Amino acid sequence: MLKLILNRVLIAIPTLLIVSLFVFALQHALPGDPFLVMAGEERDPEAIARLRAIYRLDDPIVVQYFAWLGQVLQGEFGRSLRTGEPVLELILQKLPVTLQLAAASMIVALAIGLPAGIIAAVRKGTTVDYAASAVALSGLSIPNFWLGIVMILIFAVELRWLPASGYVPFFSDPLGAIETLIMPAFVLGTGLAAFIMRHTRSAMLEVLRSDYVRTARAKGLDERVVINKHALRNALIPVITLSTILFGELLAGAVLTEQVFTIPGFGKLIVDAVFNRDYGVVQGVVLCTAIGFIVMNLIADLLYILVNPRLRGR
Amino acid sequence: MTRKRTMTRPAMTTTLAASALVLGLGMAAPTGAVAQTSTLRIGLQEDPDMLDPHRARTFVGRIVFKGLCDKLFDASPDLQLVPRLATEWSFSADGLTATIKLRSGVKFHDGTAFDATAAKANLERARTLPESLRRSELATIDSIDVVDPLTIAIKLKQRDATLLSQLADRAGMMLSPATFAGDVGARPVCTGPYRFVERVQNDRIVLDRFADHWEAANYSFDRIIYRAIPDTTVRLANLRSGELDMLERLAATDVKSAQADRNLKVLFTPGLGYQGMTLNHSNGDLANTPFGKDKRVRQAFSWAIDRNVINQVVFENTHPPTVQPFPPSSPYFRKDLSVPPRDVAKARALLREAGVTTPLKLEMMITNNPVDAQLGQVVQAMVQEAGFDLSLRSMEFASQLRDQQQGKFQLSRVGWSGRIDPDGNVHPFWTSRGGQNDGKYSNPTIDKLLTDARAVYDLAERKKLYDEAQTIAQDEVPVLYLYNQPWFYATSARISGFQLHPDGMIRLGGLKRQ
Repeated sequence: MLKLILNRVLIAIPTLLIVSLFVFALQHALPGDPFLVMAGEERDPEAIARLRAIYRLDDPIVVQYFAWLGQVLQGEFGRSLRTGEPVLELILQKLPVTLQLAAASMIVALAIGLPAGIIAAVRKGTTVDYAASAVALSGLSIPNFWLGIVMILIFAVELRWLPASGYVPFFSDPLGAIETLIMPAFVLGTGLAAFIMRHTRSAMLEVLRSDYVRTARAKGLDERVVINKHALRNALIPVITLSTILFGELLAGAVLTEQVFTIPGFGKLIVDAVFNRDYGVVQGVVLCTAIGFIVMNLIADLLYILVNPRLRGR
Repeated sequence: MTRKRTMTRPAMTTTLAASALVLGLGMAAPTGAVAQTSTLRIGLQEDPDMLDPHRARTFVGRIVFKGLCDKLFDASPDLQLVPRLATEWSFSADGLTATIKLRSGVKFHDGTAFDATAAKANLERARTLPESLRRSELATIDSIDVVDPLTIAIKLKQRDATLLSQLADRAGMMLSPATFAGDVGARPVCTGPYRFVERVQNDRIVLDRFADHWEAANYSFDRIIYRAIPDTTVRLANLRSGELDMLERLAATDVKSAQADRNLKVLFTPGLGYQGMTLNHSNGDLANTPFGKDKRVRQAFSWAIDRNVINQVVFENTHPPTVQPFPPSSPYFRKDLSVPPRDVAKARALLREAGVTTPLKLEMMITNNPVDAQLGQVVQAMVQEAGFDLSLRSMEFASQLRDQQQGKFQLSRVGWSGRIDPDGNVHPFWTSRGGQNDGKYSNPTIDKLLTDARAVYDLAERKKLYDEAQTIAQDEVPVLYLYNQPWFYATSARISGFQLHPDGMIRLGGLKRQ
C-alpha cells in the first residue's frame, strides 16, 4: 500500500506541472487584462499601465510562469489582484465550504442512488425498476439552477422552513449547517444519484448473474446475505470509482448551486476569478483542484483494497 | 417472486429513511432566518474589490464605503456639494487655492483624532501611492498645506472646478494615517458611522456601529451586513424570505412582481449616467464608412430609433429616454433638449442627402446579456426601416472594451454610470484626447469649450459652456444617447427613511426598521 501511495505522489508531480502550465497559458490567452476588466467603465489608461508594471504583467509569459512557480514552491501563492487577499488564505477559507457541500450532496446521492440501484437490479424488468430509472433520469435532466430557484421559492419564500441562502460551518453550529445544506445538497445530490443508481444497477445485475452468487443461493443462504455480502460488495467497486470521480467534480463543479444558494465556496471563487482575470486566484484554485483529484483517486484505490480482499496482496 | 420482494425491503427502508432524514430535519428545525432587530442586511449585486478607498474600483465598493468611511464632502440629490468632514470651503481670488475647514471632534475607528495633518496625509497618499486609482482625479493638486489643526489649503497647478466633487467621492475619504503601513484594503480604519468587523470574500462584509461617530444619533442599526448575491432572482428571493432587509439593483423585469408584494417596497430614482452607443469616428479602418465620416448618417440613425418604444418594450416603462449626457437631477441638464419622436422619413431623407447607397451595412457590439440582446434586436429592427442593415456581435464585456479601445468596432452598446460633476460625463468622451473617447471623435471647438469649463467656478457661467458644447454634440452625434439608467431598490416594507439619490449609493443615516 505504501508503494502505491509513493507511486501516485511521483506521478502527481508532472501532472501538476502540466496542469498549471496549461491553465497559465490558457488564461493569458483570454482577452483583456485584469486591470482593464476590474476598472470596468472607469478605465484610466495611465493607471492601468502603472498597475500592469507593478504586477509585472508586461513580462514575457514564460518569465511570469516561472516567477509564479518559484513562489509556489516556497509556499507563496500570491495575492488576489481584485481584493488584495492572500490566495492561499482564500483557498483555505473556501475549501471547507465546498467540502461540506460536496460531502452533504454525496450523502444525499448515495442515500438515494445506492438503494434505488439495488432495488432496480433485484427487481429487474418490473414496474419498480422502470419507476426507479424514470426518477433517476428526471433527477439528471432537471437543471440545478432551475431546481434550486424553485426550491428556494417553495421552502424559503412561501413556507419559510429553510433559509434561502448562506453558509454555516458544521462544526460551529451543526443544526444551522444542516438547515442551510438541505436544499443545495438535495439539488446537487439528486443529479448525482441518477449516475450512482444507473451504475449500481448494472454492476449488481452483472454480479447477480455470476457463478458464485448462484452457488451461494444453491447453498440455501438467506437472500439478504447473498445480496448484501456476496453481490453488493463486489458490485460496489465501480460505484466507488464513480463516486470518487463525482466527488472530485463536485469540488469545482458546484458552481451553479453555489451561485443560486449564495454559498461562498470554491466554485464561486474560481468563476469570479476567471471573469475578473484574477490570474493568481485561478492558478491557485486549479492547482488545488488538481491535487484534490489526485488525492480522490488515491482514496478510490485504497477503498478497492478495503472492499476487495483479492487486491490486498498486490 | 415472493422471495425477491421480501429481500428488497431493507433497501427500500434505507431509501425512505434517508429521504425522510434529509427532508424532515428541515421541517422540524426553525429556519434561523429571523434576524436581530438592530441588524440591517443589504444585498449587493457583486462582491466589492479591495476596501481601500484610494485603490478601490467598484460601484458596490462605494456603497460599502458609505457606511465605513466619511468623505470631505457629499453631494445632495440635486448634485450640490454639502459638508461632511469639511465644514466650510472657499477658493482664493485667482482660483488656485482651495481652503477647507475641517469638522472638529472627529475620531477614527482606532480612536486617533482626525485633523488637518491626517487630511493632508490622506490626500498625499491618494495622489502618490503607486497603486492609487485617485491620482488622475487629484492631478491638478500642486501641494497641500496645514494652515491650522483644522484647516488645510490645497494649492492647484491650474484652476479646477472638478476638484471638490472628486473630494465628494473616494479621493476625499479619510483613513487613519496610523494604519497606512498595514493592510489597509483588508482592514480599513476610517471615520465613518460604522467600523469594519469582518469580510468573507464572495459572501459578506460586516460593519458595527461606531459609537464615537460625530453623527452617531442619526444611525439606528447596530450592525450592517452587506451580502454579495449576483443573481437578481436569487437576491429578490432572499429579500422575500426575510434573509435580506433591502437590495440594490432590482431587475426591471422583477419590478411589477415586487410592487405587488405587500411585504416589500420598491423605490427608484434616475441615475447620474446614461446608456447609449459609442460610435467609431476615426479609430482604425472600421471607421472609414459614411457612418463614421458623415454626421448626417449618424443623425439618420438617431432619427430611426424610437427611444420611447425601447423604454416600453425592453424596460416596461422604467428607463426614461434621453438624448443628452447629463441626468435630469443635474443643474447642467438642458430642459429644452426633449426626446424627439421617431421620424423614419427624415432618416431616409438624410441618408439620400448624404448619398448613401442603402441598405448601409453596419455592425454593433453588444454585451452578452439578455437585456442587451433584446435592446440590440429592437434597434436592429427600427433602423432597418430607415435603410440600415445592422448586424449584432455579442461579446463578453472585457472583450468588448478591448475591441472598442483598439478600434475594432463601428457601434458599441455601452453606457456610463455618471459623475456628480458634468465634466465626468462629457470630457473623457468628447474631447480629442479623452481617456474614454474610443471612437476618436475630434472637434477643436468642443475640446476648447470643455477644457475651459474645467476652470470656471461659477455655475451659470460654466453652464453656458456646456450648453454650447451640447448644441454641437446634438448636431455631430459623437455619442448616441438612448436612456437614463435608473437605480432600483427593494426593501422590506418595515424599513423606512431610505434617501434616494441619483448616485445610486445607500446612505445609512436615517434608515429605520418599524
